[in-house]
Amino acid sequence: MLTGGGREDPLLDEAYRWLCRRTDAAGRDWLDEALAEVRRAGPEPAATDGPAPLPAWEAHFAAAGRRCRRTKPEAVGPQAPGDSDIPDTPDNAGAPDDPATVARVLLLHAAGVRTGTLTRLYTRGTGAERRAVLRALPHLTAGPEALHLVTDALRTNDTRLIAAALGPYAATHLDPPAWRQAVLKCLFTGIPVAAISALSRRAAGDRELARMLADYAAERTAAGRDVPTDLCHVLTLTGKES
Amino acid sequence: MRLFDPHIHMTSRTTDDYVAMHAAGVRAVVEPAFWLGQPRTSPDSFHDYFDSLLGWEPFRAAQHGIVHHCTLALNPKEANDPRCAPVLDTLPRYLLKDSVVAVGEIGYDAMTPAEDAALAAQLDLAAQHGLPALVHTPHRDKAAGLARTLDLVRESALPPERVLLDHLNETTVAAAADSGCWLGFSIYPHTKMDERRMVTLLAEYASCQDRILVNSAADWGRSDPLKTRRVGDAMLAAGHHEDEVDQVLWRNPVAFYGLSGRLDLRLPAPDSSHEGNSVLRGGD
Ligand SMILES: [Zn+2]
Repeated sequence: MLTGGGREDPLLDEAYRWLCRRTDAAGRDWLDEALAEVRRAGPEPAATDGPAPLPAWEAHFAAAGRRCRRTKPEAVGPQAPGDSDIPDTPDNAGAPDDPATVARVLLLHAAGVRTGTLTRLYTRGTGAERRAVLRALPHLTAGPEALHLVTDALRTNDTRLIAAALGPYAATHLDPPAWRQAVLKCLFTGIPVAAISALSRRAAGDRELARMLADYAAERTAAGRDVPTDLCHVLTLTGKES
Repeated sequence: MRLFDPHIHMTSRTTDDYVAMHAAGVRAVVEPAFWLGQPRTSPDSFHDYFDSLLGWEPFRAAQHGIVHHCTLALNPKEANDPRCAPVLDTLPRYLLKDSVVAVGEIGYDAMTPAEDAALAAQLDLAAQHGLPALVHTPHRDKAAGLARTLDLVRESALPPERVLLDHLNETTVAAAADSGCWLGFSIYPHTKMDERRMVTLLAEYASCQDRILVNSAADWGRSDPLKTRRVGDAMLAAGHHEDEVDQVLWRNPVAFYGLSGRLDLRLPAPDSSHEGNSVLRGGD
């Protein structure tokens, strides 16, 4: 499948197939129709500043969460209003990704969205929309021009947003001081460091990161607190050859 | 007892409130956009506020096991400020978003022509976006305010069965019940409406029990985020069956906001803070 924007992207083709296995028929039909509509409209025209009419793909981008829901293995149909259980048990525990996020990334790619539009979508986006923009960056942006979105997300305290910001795009473009702070922030906020792309490659031989981790470990120990296993894991990685 | 508070301003509440609400049985809330106490001076402060109701606050609620949706609108007080009213131009884009389950709080504060215009425009926006509307009835001059609200609802494109009239009391409930709208009651610590009077009204309006919603309307003022639980307890003490408590305090709000087609009562997984090993991540 040519996912869009005139560019082949094997990872997104795989993501599309993954999504088709994890959403119901209505969600698949919706996505196929939305992607077809976006491709018919062609790539985004340059310079759409000011009050322009809402492009079709943008309405789809907003609605993806309610149109493309994860199928529950145990569910036989949509949850009937009033029938819902107390939502104590999350239904997507252990899920690697959310179908709506994948759908949004596919839409952004198909629309060939540029950095200015990504910035607008992120800035006025819901948590889920912001995560999708962050996850789309490596598929849409070759250079560092969208790095301000990553640094914005890293300033927040929303762990889902921080994790989404630390994908391959951050691994490629984040400078060492900011990247080290991000690693430390994961340890502080309990985000598993497995969320950080290219962790081994970037940590290898990073003596400044090793110092920061050792200081943090000493601070935890002085306070009578455990040193997280993730910290020890990253510390080990810093000792490897870069 | 599972509880859904259909009107609470969590932005103004602490994490202790979230903990206490969860312990009391609250598993879902709807936070309507409203006045912040301090007047805003530009549409951008609305945008930041809307963003927070769509981003940070649902994240915060989820940390405490509570599902958060919101309703968005230009509130009646600030509809009177020409610096704020242009937010009506950007509101439509926000109304497309997934966790927006109604337009609200709209309604009257001082019943000015500017409030007329904002209320009428936003009732129509709700109809255009397939959303129900949460309509606040004024605290002053209440009966007249309700009559004028119902006039505008009748003139709008939104049918009464997609409108929730809130902050009702003994003086307004009869007219509201006749209108066919959903009936909302805000329970406050000292004034306006309390749980004992609420139980009396439930007995009197038993025929409307499938369209009555009860909320705490807790905000930055004197208010109590556990009032939904207090009403549930008062209902049981007055001899109501557990199923009736569940209807008023869970199924009715689910049904009303479910009219949006966007209510999603599943919590995100606790481990979804990381999306490690994701299909989109690719190799290192
Ligand atoms: Zn309110």
